[in-house]
Amino acid sequence: MLANPDLIRATDRGLYCPPGDFYIDPWRPVDRAVITHAHGDHARRGHTHYLAARDGEAVLRARLGDIALQCVGYGESVDIGGVRVSLHPAGHVLGSAQVRVEHRGEVWVASGDYKVESDGTCAPFDPVRCHAFITESTFGLPIYRWRPQAELFAELNAWWRDNAAAGRASVVFAYAFGKAQRILAGVDASIGPIVCHGAVQVLNAAYRATDVALPETFAVGDVADRTALRQALVVAPPSAQGTPWLRRFGDYSDAFASGWMQLRGARRRRAVDRGLVLSDHADWPGLHQAIRATGAERVFVTHGYVPVMVRWLTEQGFDARAMESEYGGEQDDGAAAEETPDAAPVSTVAAP
Amino acid sequence: MRAFAQLVQRLDETTSTNAKLAALTAYFRDADDADAAWAVFFLAGHKPRQVVPTKALRALATRVAVIPEWLFEEAYQAVGDLAETIAHLLPEPGVVDDAPLARWIEARLLPLRDLPPDAIERALLRAWADLDHRGRFVWNKLITGGFRVGVSKLLVTRAVAAAGGVDPRLVAERLMGDWQPTPARYRALLAEGDPSERAGRPYPFFLAHPLERSVESLGPVTDWHAEWKWDGIRAQLIRRSGRVFVWSRGDELVTERLPEIAAIGAALPDGTVLDGEVLAWRDGAPLPFALLQQRIGRKTLTPKVLRDAPVALVAYDLLEADGEDLRARPFAQRRERLAALVDALAHPALTLSPAVVADDWAGLARLREESRGRRVEGLMLKRIDAAYGAGRVKLGSGGEWWKWKIDPYRVDAVLVYAQRGHGRRASLYTDYTFAVWSDGALVPFAKAYSGLTDAEIATVDAFIRQHTIEKFGPVRSVTPSLVMEIGFEGIQRSPRHRSGVAVRFPRMLRIRDDKRIDEADSLDRLHALLADADAQRP
Ligand SMILES: [Zn+2]
Ligand SMILES: [Zn+2]
Repeated sequence: MLANPDLIRATDRGLYCPPGDFYIDPWRPVDRAVITHAHGDHARRGHTHYLAARDGEAVLRARLGDIALQCVGYGESVDIGGVRVSLHPAGHVLGSAQVRVEHRGEVWVASGDYKVESDGTCAPFDPVRCHAFITESTFGLPIYRWRPQAELFAELNAWWRDNAAAGRASVVFAYAFGKAQRILAGVDASIGPIVCHGAVQVLNAAYRATDVALPETFAVGDVADRTALRQALVVAPPSAQGTPWLRRFGDYSDAFASGWMQLRGARRRRAVDRGLVLSDHADWPGLHQAIRATGAERVFVTHGYVPVMVRWLTEQGFDARAMESEYGGEQDDGAAAEETPDAAPVSTVAAP
Repeated sequence: MRAFAQLVQRLDETTSTNAKLAALTAYFRDADDADAAWAVFFLAGHKPRQVVPTKALRALATRVAVIPEWLFEEAYQAVGDLAETIAHLLPEPGVVDDAPLARWIEARLLPLRDLPPDAIERALLRAWADLDHRGRFVWNKLITGGFRVGVSKLLVTRAVAAAGGVDPRLVAERLMGDWQPTPARYRALLAEGDPSERAGRPYPFFLAHPLERSVESLGPVTDWHAEWKWDGIRAQLIRRSGRVFVWSRGDELVTERLPEIAAIGAALPDGTVLDGEVLAWRDGAPLPFALLQQRIGRKTLTPKVLRDAPVALVAYDLLEADGEDLRARPFAQRRERLAALVDALAHPALTLSPAVVADDWAGLARLREESRGRRVEGLMLKRIDAAYGAGRVKLGSGGEWWKWKIDPYRVDAVLVYAQRGHGRRASLYTDYTFAVWSDGALVPFAKAYSGLTDAEIATVDAFIRQHTIEKFGPVRSVTPSLVMEIGFEGIQRSPRHRSGVAVRFPRMLRIRDDKRIDEADSLDRLHALLADADAQRP
């Protein structure tokens, strides 16, 4: 049998499906874009037509404004140039999807970003059978293994409780979209009031509009009682670290929520009191569980520890290859790079 | 073990001294005496000998983790620390054995020493199976002899004191000498103090302000005493009740690390307290600060260490004589008595910090230009009628001490190589090599790894990844395109370096993204600085 031509391939604009003439998460303006989720490195402005999962509509519109957006429910398929396209939950953030592409009996799936553990703030990851699977690899090293969420939240609650007892606010730095809402949904809201930074409040509203249950949250201006602020859990984006916005909380304790906090070096570099190992990406076992569940023989690895994953998968008997992408910037050791780069602009220094 | 491992993590992840102190205090409050004794032992920087060779440990961990060697290596590259890499790679533990720290050490770690390799291996496997993630990290650090926590002995002292309700200076004195990690020894730390123990108490150090206005504004030069600003370790030498104590600034007791200084103390009359600077010293002049730094870092003082970096005390104040507190007396009076005392003692390791005298401020300013050649940081200015204050006195009180420092050398240089950092910075490119121009080519001349903020490091790290030419091991060559201002304290001829010069304490002063690489300095400028430095050497 002749090898099937590739249904999806990497181009300088993004992942491209030649028979359907559309792109997945393109990074340069195109006519037709299928968007896996609303993180800044995947959803960009400037395309003519957008297709995304309905759960992500509110967030996508909040971030990209007025765009020509077609939304479909998970599992619902649409025809683009004779290619059957459907979106399936990726469990990463609200509205995140894997893109399933079917043409003449050949099925390919592009994962976008995904996480296999379900968390209650978005539809849980749903493995899709396919011939070829394009996987992310942000945490593609065996040192990344997440502890059960229940343990993490027990730790977070204990920290908040101790701080509240000492009359000290608890500031958690977490990406405004996804991570922040996961924290809100997971903490024990009976410990004290929850205050959110404006950047987080906007996304909370989008989540609530999509029927995701979150505890009551206050904007800082809504809290008149200063002593209440000292009992509060404060959720703010990492960019708020070291800004005057935090001054009103007085002597606070702080934490940073990210998968990178798994490493001692990264924790210390963040210079916060606590590192919370909480990620919206799959850990090493999660990546392999997901890959196996697809039944795919061919695996393409994108953003993250690409060479490591390719070599390991090859040794495990897969036909594995690297696929170029510009998602998430460079993440070859995952320290300087962030899980959601849109929230952490990397300023450039002196170009020649 | 769990409580101790948690303490280690808390100490490790926070940079706040208060948070560290709180974590330590909480630990000592709850720990039983046997555990606390071991915790003091480890936190004070003692560590057990390496019981398992690194290679064997690595091989065993790779086997247990069921991964190929190359993957272990990738993981290690990302983590940058063997003990931590192993802790992350081992399979989930079964039932965690939360035996106390003392039991883990005495029953499981210390006996390893006498076991044959295969028995060690079995013991390691059992230990790993019985520990959770944090516990494994601490255990791995202990068996490889690499246990180190970022807390000072001073902080441990304060925590033990706070947990036990004892004066921290008393605890510091009692922590002197060999520390035997026994419950009895720990209890003795916290016992009621008897009055004789107050002998070691230092006075608060009087601290200087940087002079940031014109020196003429200080008034007539004759109201001031000037001396060199020594580049060493500020210390108080105490002789009371027949005992000797050497305190460094920040209430750290360093008597045992400085036997030469302790010997001066033994020769002093009882009831004497000197304030001065400890310096690596030979033939009446200071040796480079780096030597003193190395010397202080040494845990054991071999005859070679003592020979290579002998220390001396350059005394500049007398705080107590015949048991009388002299601090309220005018500086000139204290100085006169100090001079007489130093003279009478004639001890080879004790000198009087000489006065630097000129007719006017301009004259002093000229003398100050000699600082580099003399290996000092500039001048100290002390009012001759002022009392010895406590700590850093308020500006404008009139009795201040001023430090009138010279500026460090500065050049603009181009980033050409980058290397991963160590320890907490292992996953970032933090160590940089800088080059200057010579005949149209860039010649490396200095390596620097300090001076940038964490945010700047992150930016430069990203820059390096985007501008890598080649990778060789942990090093990357970088497209020359980033200019930084490099400061350093000294410059010497060095045939070993391609540039022909070696600079002392290079550090990054700022990122010059306003400069193009062709605006960076040249080797000629370094040679000019070198010629100046030579000319200044007396
Ligand atoms: Zn994402
Ligand atoms: Zn991504």
